[in-house]
Amino acid sequence: MTSIGTGYDLANSIYSPDGRNFQVEYAVKAVENGGTSIGIRCKDGVVLAVEKVIASKLLKPNANKRIATVDRHLGIVYSGMIPDGRHLVDRARDEARNHRDTFKSPIPTRDLANRMGGYMQAYTLYQSVRPFGVTAILGGFDSDLEQPVDGEVGSGPSCGGGGKVEGQKHGGPWLAMIEPSGTYWGYYGAATGKGRQAAKAELEKLNLAAGEITIKEAVKEAARIIYIAHDDNKDKDFELEMSWISGSDGPTKGKHVEVPSDLLAEAEGLARKAIEKDLEGDDEEEKDKMEE
Amino acid sequence: MEFGKSGFLNEDGIHVDMDRLKNGEVNLGTSIMAITFKDGVILGADSRTTTGAYIANRVTDKLTRVHDTIWCCRSGSAADTQAVADIVQYQLGLFSMQSGKPPTTQTAASIFQEICYANKDRLSAGLIIAGWDERHGGQVYSIPLGGSLHKQPYAIGGSGSTYIYGFCDANWREGMEEADAVGFVKEALKEAIKWDGSSGGVIRMVVLTAKGADRHLYLPDTDYTVRHN
Repeated sequence: MTSIGTGYDLANSIYSPDGRNFQVEYAVKAVENGGTSIGIRCKDGVVLAVEKVIASKLLKPNANKRIATVDRHLGIVYSGMIPDGRHLVDRARDEARNHRDTFKSPIPTRDLANRMGGYMQAYTLYQSVRPFGVTAILGGFDSDLEQPVDGEVGSGPSCGGGGKVEGQKHGGPWLAMIEPSGTYWGYYGAATGKGRQAAKAELEKLNLAAGEITIKEAVKEAARIIYIAHDDNKDKDFELEMSWISGSDGPTKGKHVEVPSDLLAEAEGLARKAIEKDLEGDDEEEKDKMEE
Repeated sequence: MEFGKSGFLNEDGIHVDMDRLKNGEVNLGTSIMAITFKDGVILGADSRTTTGAYIANRVTDKLTRVHDTIWCCRSGSAADTQAVADIVQYQLGLFSMQSGKPPTTQTAASIFQEICYANKDRLSAGLIIAGWDERHGGQVYSIPLGGSLHKQPYAIGGSGSTYIYGFCDANWREGMEEADAVGFVKEALKEAIKWDGSSGGVIRMVVLTAKGADRHLYLPDTDYTVRHN
């Protein structure tokens, strides 16, 4: 950043001569120092996970949540400045509510990503504000069922309703990551925060695009990836928080919920084992035999 | 049948009370209906619009598009129902642009309901919403005067509907073929027009299926036998 200190980095609404907004780039720096967050989109759902670096031994384990539920079927995790993230979650809840009010149906995950992208972008335009110091990962499962209208009582008549196009898939998992600039993309696997490089490398190995991995496997992979991403930051303790969303026939019945504690413990155990093995593997260079 | 004066739902929830209209307001003293059939839904209506005893329009179109394959039948105040349909058409257009896919019939119906309920003491609108979407197939919803929402296999409404409750109950069948369903709607409306003084003119229909919207027009000149459009 050669043009730093030339005055073009002082305000949001001023471009530098080479067309950059330094305030946005500084916001990205704030994200890069935050604990690692990841999201995995698999064939039957979405898993969100975050590495919470423990700032003080006096903090109560499990009390300070970082993954937020936005609507029944929607969750957000973020890296960077936590209060900014909380505000973003508040806004996301308002947007989800607003969609339900006007359209009487849950907001599709992609639409929420669009609205949140628009909201964050507005904070890159004005002198009076600063961009959000967070990158948010948004996971959701849009209902695969015929859903009643919000507030509908009973299921209506059992007869009628011909002309349905059979064999079509509706809804499904969706994962998006929104950056401080307001840019958002849909992902199979998303990672942000301090350990994002290592996490992205691991996510790529999972070959998520093939759609073979299940949500239960993804929970274990997510735990392992957070542990690997933390490896470079070993001197500090951390806590792993994970949530998941499956379809109506999956373990969470279409809702965004915390991963149950027994499964979380199992996944963490496997993750610890995996990184120990990893270290041994590095010594012996037996790369082929590392798979479980 | 006796009509009350208040026009609220506590009457019978279906019939539009003509006394509720302002002096000179244009009324759709109407026969409307919508049915589900094998491939989707059919909406049907007469075409008479009255201002008191005067027929203000004898070829009215009471079947209004709110999205490609979601339409509504309007009864009650012409001005009120047109205004409501316009708002819903806007909302559904917005929905399909934002989400990149067509809205479902229930989304449309519940937007209608929200407006009708929130303004129940100011509107006189009796609506039937019918539509087809690939996720749910054909669906019919009825929104009577108070703003409640009812999902039904078929729905009839307007002043003319009183005369065809028996006919519809005896003749409607689940999963009819298109030709039979069109015939059923036509016979029902013919009967309603015959007995109801404030229904009349032509019979209009819209058939909504995977193929889109198909409009029918039948004229009294040929005793509604020939399809003109």
